Amino acid sequence: MPKRTDLKKILVIGSGPIVIGQAGEFDYSGSQACKALREEGYTVILVNNNPATIMTDPESASRVYIEPLVPEILEKIIARERPDAILPTVGGQTALNLAVELARSGILARYGVELIGASHRAIEIAEDRLLFKETMERAGLAVPRGSLVRSLEEALSLAKTLTYPILVRPSFTLGGEGSGVAHKEDELRAVVQRGLELSPVHQVLLEESVIGWKEFELEVMRDRGDNVVIICSIENFDPMGIHTGDSITVAPAQTLSDREYQKMRDWAIRVMRAVGVETGGSNIQFAVNPLDGRMLVIEMNPRVSRSSALASKATGFPIAKIAAKLAVGYTLDELPNDITKKTPASFEPTLDYVVVKIPRWNFEKFPGAKTTLTTQMRSVGEVMALGRTFKEAVQKAIRSLEIGQPGLGGDDELLLAPELIRDYLERPNPKRIFSIYRAIHGGASIEELARWTGIDPWFLTQLEEIAHLERRLRVQNLESVSAELLLQAKRFGFSDAVLAKIFRTSESAVRAKRLEHGICPVYKRVDTCAAEFEAQTPYLYSTYEADESEAAPTQKKKVVVLGGGPYRIGQGIEFDYCCCHAAFALRELGYEVIMINCNPETVSTDYDTSDKLYFEPLTLEDVLNIVDVERPDGVIVQFGGQTPLNLAGALREHGVPIWGTSPEDIDLAEDREKFALVLDELEIKHPRSGIAFSVEEAFRVAEDIGFPLLVRPSYVLGGRAMAICYDKSDLAHYIEEAVRVSPAQPVLIDEFLQDALELDVDAVSDGQDCVIGGILEHIERAGIHSGDSCCVLPPWTLSEEILDQVRSVTKQLARRLHVVGLMNVQYAVQNGKLYVLEVNPRASRTVPFISKATGVPLAKIAAKVMAGMTLTELGLCEEPKVKGVHVKAPVFPFDRFLIDPILGPEMKSTGEVMGSAETVGEAFAKTQLSLKSRLPTEGTVFISVNDRDKPAIIPIARALRALGFTLMATRGTAQFLRAVGLPVRPINKVSEGHPHIGDAIRAGEIQLVINTPSGKRAHHDEVAIRIGAVKHRVPYVTTVEGARVLVEAIRSLKSGLLRVYALEEFH
Amino acid sequence: MAILALEDGKIFRGRACGAHGVLCGEVVFNTGMTGYQEILTDPSYAGQIVCMTYPHMGNYGVNSEDVESARPWVSGFIVRELSQRFSNWRGQMDLERYLHEHNIIGVCEVDTRALTRHIREKGAMRGCLSSFDSDPDELIARARCAPTISEYNWVHEVSCTEPYEWAGGEIKSESRHDVHIVVVDFGVKRSIVRQLGARARRVTVVPAFWSAEAILDLQPDGILLSNGPGDPAILRDAIATARKLIDAERCPIFGICLGHQILGLALGARAYKLKFGHRGANQPVKNLLTNRIEITSHNHGFALTDLPSAVELTHINLNDGSIEGFRHKRLPIFAVQYHPEASPGPHDAHHLFDRFIELALAPSAHYAQAH
Repeated sequence: MPKRTDLKKILVIGSGPIVIGQAGEFDYSGSQACKALREEGYTVILVNNNPATIMTDPESASRVYIEPLVPEILEKIIARERPDAILPTVGGQTALNLAVELARSGILARYGVELIGASHRAIEIAEDRLLFKETMERAGLAVPRGSLVRSLEEALSLAKTLTYPILVRPSFTLGGEGSGVAHKEDELRAVVQRGLELSPVHQVLLEESVIGWKEFELEVMRDRGDNVVIICSIENFDPMGIHTGDSITVAPAQTLSDREYQKMRDWAIRVMRAVGVETGGSNIQFAVNPLDGRMLVIEMNPRVSRSSALASKATGFPIAKIAAKLAVGYTLDELPNDITKKTPASFEPTLDYVVVKIPRWNFEKFPGAKTTLTTQMRSVGEVMALGRTFKEAVQKAIRSLEIGQPGLGGDDELLLAPELIRDYLERPNPKRIFSIYRAIHGGASIEELARWTGIDPWFLTQLEEIAHLERRLRVQNLESVSAELLLQAKRFGFSDAVLAKIFRTSESAVRAKRLEHGICPVYKRVDTCAAEFEAQTPYLYSTYEADESEAAPTQKKKVVVLGGGPYRIGQGIEFDYCCCHAAFALRELGYEVIMINCNPETVSTDYDTSDKLYFEPLTLEDVLNIVDVERPDGVIVQFGGQTPLNLAGALREHGVPIWGTSPEDIDLAEDREKFALVLDELEIKHPRSGIAFSVEEAFRVAEDIGFPLLVRPSYVLGGRAMAICYDKSDLAHYIEEAVRVSPAQPVLIDEFLQDALELDVDAVSDGQDCVIGGILEHIERAGIHSGDSCCVLPPWTLSEEILDQVRSVTKQLARRLHVVGLMNVQYAVQNGKLYVLEVNPRASRTVPFISKATGVPLAKIAAKVMAGMTLTELGLCEEPKVKGVHVKAPVFPFDRFLIDPILGPEMKSTGEVMGSAETVGEAFAKTQLSLKSRLPTEGTVFISVNDRDKPAIIPIARALRALGFTLMATRGTAQFLRAVGLPVRPINKVSEGHPHIGDAIRAGEIQLVINTPSGKRAHHDEVAIRIGAVKHRVPYVTTVEGARVLVEAIRSLKSGLLRVYALEEFH
Repeated sequence: MAILALEDGKIFRGRACGAHGVLCGEVVFNTGMTGYQEILTDPSYAGQIVCMTYPHMGNYGVNSEDVESARPWVSGFIVRELSQRFSNWRGQMDLERYLHEHNIIGVCEVDTRALTRHIREKGAMRGCLSSFDSDPDELIARARCAPTISEYNWVHEVSCTEPYEWAGGEIKSESRHDVHIVVVDFGVKRSIVRQLGARARRVTVVPAFWSAEAILDLQPDGILLSNGPGDPAILRDAIATARKLIDAERCPIFGICLGHQILGLALGARAYKLKFGHRGANQPVKNLLTNRIEITSHNHGFALTDLPSAVELTHINLNDGSIEGFRHKRLPIFAVQYHPEASPGPHDAHHLFDRFIELALAPSAHYAQAH
């Protein structure tokens, strides 16, 4: 069947900000879908509020709306654009939920818009757990016993008919949010209550537990001719009971015989038909009892998912692209397989390698949060690795994670009684695979380990084989080890870094030895067909095989772009956006672009983003191996964040040509002491700073600089473990308890600029000229990590005089640091004086935001500058003028961790949203709408601020009062506000007894919380208030500045309707 | 160190992991990721050295249920990695031991992808597999002297010598149709017999060399020409028998794989050798009558071409456009090149057995008009 011609205009809904459970994989799927639909000649309208995405680039769609993903805004866009259809299946749960709301509320019917890809009915069956269960049972497919409940009472009576542990899952939540396992009744009460609150329809499902069973997933596609194909099978290394997003997963399935696999395949096809997914991709999860093979259907997603992104990268089959084409009427046999070009898409990919995905967690950012892995996803990113064997792939995946573990093995103490770490084995946690490996060395048997962990013995045996080889390696050293044994170690995936630890030598010595023996990796292609047909698309991975490499390096002029590795807090999708832009720009200039990355949730690892893709870890070893084969003219390290930047120096030492700002100048900017000298030399103000190697020294330095201070350990980057100390007792607590200062681990101490305004500036320089891309003013004061701050473009409170100073200092710095490419400078303005806080000689988090707001593709320009073009040649001669006001607001994962949601110098947000409008208030209101933080227009505001903030809160309280809000405050704040004539209702602190503020939040009496921390260690009371607000979804602000803008936003919400704008209206 | 030497002089090295010995055969690759036990025991692989493209083999062990015949038939088995330990609730023995017990030469740690690419480029060819560190030149010479797949009648080796009746599976006799199906065994897979046995009350398997008269004496309601090894063109007797069975117009005939080729040749089509064949479980076949696509299991090195006007093309392979099925325009005769019984592979085409039984139940209706 050919494509539909009755459709002309299609609205694609994106997935919104990066949050846990819904990340960059939907930028990949959304941009693929947009591209596919445009290829077919459709007019594509895109709506997504995440500026850091490729899909929101002007090239992705005919018109791009960076607007909140809520029904009322969608209705406005639909009314304005009048699309024929909506494709809701490539924007994750967000898009699907939104589509359901639009269908239910009659908006689709009113404007005559059709849902394509998945019908309203199919979405409902798949998403409504009870309906799904019934549908499966009717189709003769087994599901876990249990049913849906709407109240705690119902839950308790149902529980009597099941056996504990009982699984609880709320309906319609993201990434398993609110799910949990109850082992006894009181646990059941807690989990059910929270689940009911979180579920937008107030329903939770109670089910027999299949914890410990084997978990599988199938990625399935169906076309409107009812042809169904399985794209990929995935087996979870971790058993049921751990969210698949938090599980190590392996493709293809390893431990199913053909008979079992085909039964699963048959069931998957029946699920597709029963649910009625007419076209597109779905993901179906199964549980299999390891003892008797009993198989159950667990759930299905009638849309492109995280797993389908993984499956696309794992097989080379572009699920999102094909799903979009099927949605407009094609059948699978009418579409070509992009990799082979000659065969059709109606086939099932077959692999001749093993794929391992490992999640990347950031628990260290949330001290106090439990690290036990559950049915609720909490990882923030993932890596994927390919190898010819599981052993090779798992080792590559571990070193891709960048968690300081270059693979299994090389631990200092080898022998450890398994009993000692039994808890780490039984309790699923991010480090479990390392514990298993150590337990194997300690003598644990596979049977024991399988019993403790629920992990299949086949996987455990693979780890055991690695451990056994390590034992053989340990009796050798670099001189004695034979070429044969060294080769076997490489075939088992041991990195040079781990071998260096085993042989007690340096990584470069291992590399030298390896090269001396001629032990180098070969590169094999991912071709969807296990070499049955020739691959036309160069998508490669390394392995150690004797016979053949398929790298086929060309003689063209070429450049390598290093990606950013796994997403993590502080290094997210923004950097992938920049890498993609570098690839696009350099391809425009005629270069062959070679991308290296290991993150499957990215557009950069799409095989058509660059000319050649190496899906490889971003370690020195792996990058050098590729450089040895490809011999590129240049390597770009500026776009992937800190990961590639950290490799710059070592790459240069190995003679690799680095494009853009030189590694020496990068070092000059990154090394604090050297940089301070640069600033002094240029007579640029910066906070005074010092370093302390002992407790005494710390106090001495503190005395010299004066409180408040910003302190951090010198050995971690990216704001980790940073804190602000207001007095000696804060400092004492920090250096004695938090970080333990020592000569080996000095502490960096900076003057903290209290009450300063902070600015983020992105600029591009060609070595001669420097042009500012944009100046962002933070809403929060200095002291809050720039990634966690709301920003406004253009600056809305600063004078032209200060801004001119910012411009001239930025240009001065670019010149001094010989910047070629991008540069990000962070400034603070205190009492009218400008200070430089830091310079990042690379692409920054704010580059995509600025590009979206101004229409100037900064990253592309920077890439071309690095290739030798000048800014004049590129036509960028002056700072872009900004039309309208653009606000960027961060998204936090506090609801997943239930810890104090307080902001500080350490970054905690996972993503961001953008709001664009005519005024700050309106733009900010849009960001709040996007964050699902429903700003109240009436009701009660609770205010509790520290003494420093009290004067500043008066005008805010007054404005709120004028807007008709009732004010409520704890005693101190209430007294203060009353003194200036404001009527305030006092309420008890939690410590003062019931009824207190916690009770009021729980009872729904509070619509907005303004609570600034007292500065020192958070009081128990404040923590309780803020956690209560997060739990009960009451909007809260923790800074006076935030409160001020919030008032503006409420005012604009009250004054009338928000208008929607297509991005190009601002350009 | 074990060695595979190809007739074109190419050498691949690995480690011996099955029985010891030196053996020649046609080297082919299979792209299925599961189903190694079914592949090993499929008589169609007789005389072939099979390279599995998926690197891990033996993960779920072997069991007594997933066999397609009484013993493995491959001459040699080449894999990237053989699992040291299997894990599956039905697993009974590890694959390495199974290879040893059945005297199959196995070689692991081979760059199977390089070997597969070589065969893809140069075509399936003879090879000599040695579990020892033999002299490669000698092995190459032996490979060149070995009979080609078209020079040896493997059907004689794999077909049963005495007829037998299928005892029936777990399905009750009453729920099966009252028809008698005769299977001509050119190397039949048990799954074919099992599929028929689940539908027909009586299934008789007869040797490949039985005459048409002897077959028809059994009063069959339907005749199935089975799969089997080798080049169909050399099976002149079987083709002649098929022609007689067709001309007899006594009952519906269904051909699978080699049976499809024999039927086609009997009707006047031509067979040719594919460059490297189709072996795997992911091949898209389009039914030209319904436009539906089935993902199917394949194992054939030859294919039909130049179909005579008496038959109609019904199925094609979407990857290379080759003929995957036909039916007679007038008679209830149809055949597919692929394996509807799967095992290993997807079950998408199981319905062909239903179709066959339907024809067997009411052949006269179908003799009257072209279906």
